[in-house]
Amino acid sequence: MSAQNGGDAALLLEVRGLTKIFGALKACDNVDLTVRRGEIHSLLGENGAGKSTLVKMLFGSLEPNAGEIRWQGQPVRIGSPSAARKLGIGMVFQHFSLFDALTAAENIALSLDSDAPISTIAAKAQALSHSYGLPLDPFALVGDLSVGERQRIEIIRCLLQTPRLIILDEPTSVLTPQEADKLFETLDRLRAEGKSILYISHRLEEVKRMCDAATVLRHGKVVGHCDPRKETASSLARMMVGNEVQAVVRQPVAGIDKAPALLEVRNLSRPPATPFSIPLRGISLNVRAGEVIGIAGVAGNGQGEFFEAVSGEVMQADAGTVRIRGKDAGRLNISGRRLLGAAFVPEERLGHGAAPRMRLSENLLLSRYATDRKAFVGAGGVVRMGAVDTAAQRIVQTMDVRKSARDPEAAALSGGNLQKFIIGRELDRKPAVMVVNQPTWGVDAGAAAKIRQALIELARSGSAVLVISQDLDELFEISDAIAVMHDGELSKPLPIAEATFEKIGLLMGGAEPGHAAATGHAMETA
Amino acid sequence: MMRVELVKRPQHSALFSALSPFIALGLTLVAGAIMFSLLGKNPLETFYYYFIDPLREMWSLHELAIKAAPLILIAVGLSVCYLSNNWNIGAEGQFIIGAVAGSILPVLFPQFQSWIVLPLMLLMGMAGGAAYAAIPAFLKVRFNTNEILTSLMLVYVAQLFNDWLVRGIWRNPQGMSFPGTAPFHEYAILPEIWPAAGRANWGFVFALVAAVAVWFMLSKMLRGFEVKVLGQSPRAGRFAGFSAPRMVFFAFLVSGALAGLAGISEVSGAIGHLNEKLSIGYGFTAIIVAFLGRLNPLGIVAAGLILALTYLGGEAASISVGLSDKVVRAFQGMLLFFVLGCDTLIHYKIRLVGTPLAKPAEA
Repeated sequence: MSAQNGGDAALLLEVRGLTKIFGALKACDNVDLTVRRGEIHSLLGENGAGKSTLVKMLFGSLEPNAGEIRWQGQPVRIGSPSAARKLGIGMVFQHFSLFDALTAAENIALSLDSDAPISTIAAKAQALSHSYGLPLDPFALVGDLSVGERQRIEIIRCLLQTPRLIILDEPTSVLTPQEADKLFETLDRLRAEGKSILYISHRLEEVKRMCDAATVLRHGKVVGHCDPRKETASSLARMMVGNEVQAVVRQPVAGIDKAPALLEVRNLSRPPATPFSIPLRGISLNVRAGEVIGIAGVAGNGQGEFFEAVSGEVMQADAGTVRIRGKDAGRLNISGRRLLGAAFVPEERLGHGAAPRMRLSENLLLSRYATDRKAFVGAGGVVRMGAVDTAAQRIVQTMDVRKSARDPEAAALSGGNLQKFIIGRELDRKPAVMVVNQPTWGVDAGAAAKIRQALIELARSGSAVLVISQDLDELFEISDAIAVMHDGELSKPLPIAEATFEKIGLLMGGAEPGHAAATGHAMETA
Repeated sequence: MMRVELVKRPQHSALFSALSPFIALGLTLVAGAIMFSLLGKNPLETFYYYFIDPLREMWSLHELAIKAAPLILIAVGLSVCYLSNNWNIGAEGQFIIGAVAGSILPVLFPQFQSWIVLPLMLLMGMAGGAAYAAIPAFLKVRFNTNEILTSLMLVYVAQLFNDWLVRGIWRNPQGMSFPGTAPFHEYAILPEIWPAAGRANWGFVFALVAAVAVWFMLSKMLRGFEVKVLGQSPRAGRFAGFSAPRMVFFAFLVSGALAGLAGISEVSGAIGHLNEKLSIGYGFTAIIVAFLGRLNPLGIVAAGLILALTYLGGEAASISVGLSDKVVRAFQGMLLFFVLGCDTLIHYKIRLVGTPLAKPAEA
């Protein structure tokens, strides 16, 4: 390591040949990155491209195998997050590390290395929040705050340490469009003060809008440095993915409002299961044969609770609350609802939709042993592993699941490939009702397009499809109508022809649910 | 400066799954040799009496089967518990209550003599063990109580209850005031398999049958799949539609019944009456057996024989080289320690890392 002083004074951070190897995988391979003072620099790439690994090395939570990091011209070794903070690098994580049962100020105090009393920290935090236009009550319990407000705590916590470089990991993935706009204003302000921002995202529009420079990663390698303002969204996407992504085709169909409702939810309420989970308040919804209904909403507004209630993982007191294909299902468990023709795909792949340490064939059995009992389970409860294995291979073929062994453990697959398998496992049954939570979360663009197309085709073949997603682009791509979930309440579905980002965004932010009720979409029970 | 780092493997290693018990055995031998040397014994001679001498005579192999039978029976049941993530530590108590429940007929109704007595005793022993195991299961399901604590504490209740019985109301009046019931009548004795060769009784056959049956259930049947799914990822199990509370009861009842069967087999087979020291810690040693056997019932048969050997070898060594009987426990403890330690190798590999000399730079 040769220490050269000086260099370009405008350069804040220079990374040369940074490499991180996990086993056989080069998560980061010879990565170069340059961040100048007062610039918002975007790190673009699909899930698994190596963005998180790279910033973890910059923030000191991972140690590189090779390469050099220069900070203001000096080579440095960042051994821990506290070393990174001392240098002036701050980070706002995608998954917040806040304690729900503490106040905002207490959470901030926990991360500071000083012994200052809470009241001083609260005062500082409040002053800072005012000057950056990030309103925050330092004495509010985190558990009571919205996701956007929690993010503000993280940002303020980071700013209190007066960093010169702020790393933001997918900051808008949990925000409404309006909240995101506010965040962008703050970022503009920080840039004007000469702070640098490393902005991780896969949302191309906001990168084009906000960022001065971009570094694109694919499979751990840098595929290009560019000025996003001079690129188009599709040229950026091409750089990220490596080829053109096939567009999803959705033909609108007439007469859906005459079709029978295959999934009916009537006045579904549920008290919060834990002090920090969301209660469900009087949710009603019909999904008809042939249509895709999307449920939008900021994460943590009751979508998980709703999924559990509809799937039967949590049952209802009144059998008529959930009806599947015209039969009362409220008091049936998930197997009972599957036997009525419903299929479910939860948000978490590992540990919920699939058992991580079990093989794909065993994971097929997981959700199908009841519905396909004749084929999969023989006399005396003996599993016909041969039949299960054949079916698993069929799904692998149909969904183009890529894997390293014939029948690997679920945890050995990449997120996208496992998701293709889990969706394929349910599609293989041709379910009459399909409920999916976050179908393409963390899935690469190619696989996401395939999954979306498959959901649309399932609906067009006469099934009812309900998709819960935080990805508005996705919902606009596949839905015939979009409803919004906010604080445990569900708005009436807005037909896709009338839905706009703005209208949906307002509902996501908590504007009066049901204000779009008079649109004539078939909502009332037939 | 070198430091040792554990690196997570992408897939668990099949090689180390198989090797880990053997590495553990090897390390135990090394640590045991050190312990024997510190005690002033010749390690090689001690090992000879520990592991070779008990295997040289036919009658001694029968004794091995007698010691191995309860260990295997209990450990096979425990494997169902542990695979389903239910931590039953109280098999010792279920063993004792099984022995007590099974002894009701010969002790309270000694006039009732018929071929049906023995089968009834075995069933009552299983029922007793299962019922006793149902207590921690119920507490866990109903009150979310930690089953490790409740099942363990119930061991002491069972021990004292048995002690009270055999010193009190069940004591043999002709027993010269020694604790223990009257000897069982002939219809209440579990027969020996091959009386000409040694004392081993049908308890060993029960153990082998139980091992094969539970192995078949775990590896081939939907119920076994349910056990593993709920044990590995409870949330995925709920998504599958399996009921976690029902599994708690299933696992505790199966392991309680097998521990109870082991208890009544021990009393009606090896001992011939109920007394205050009917167990030499089988219920706890079986925990080691279960893990040494990789929670696989067939592996447990081998592991049970090995641990039974440490009991016999301990006796032999205490007679021949004057080793304290406490050493047996220490030896078993080391084995469990190394077994659990070596299991790390299945999911992690060890890497030595040289620390770079460069210091973290300050800004």
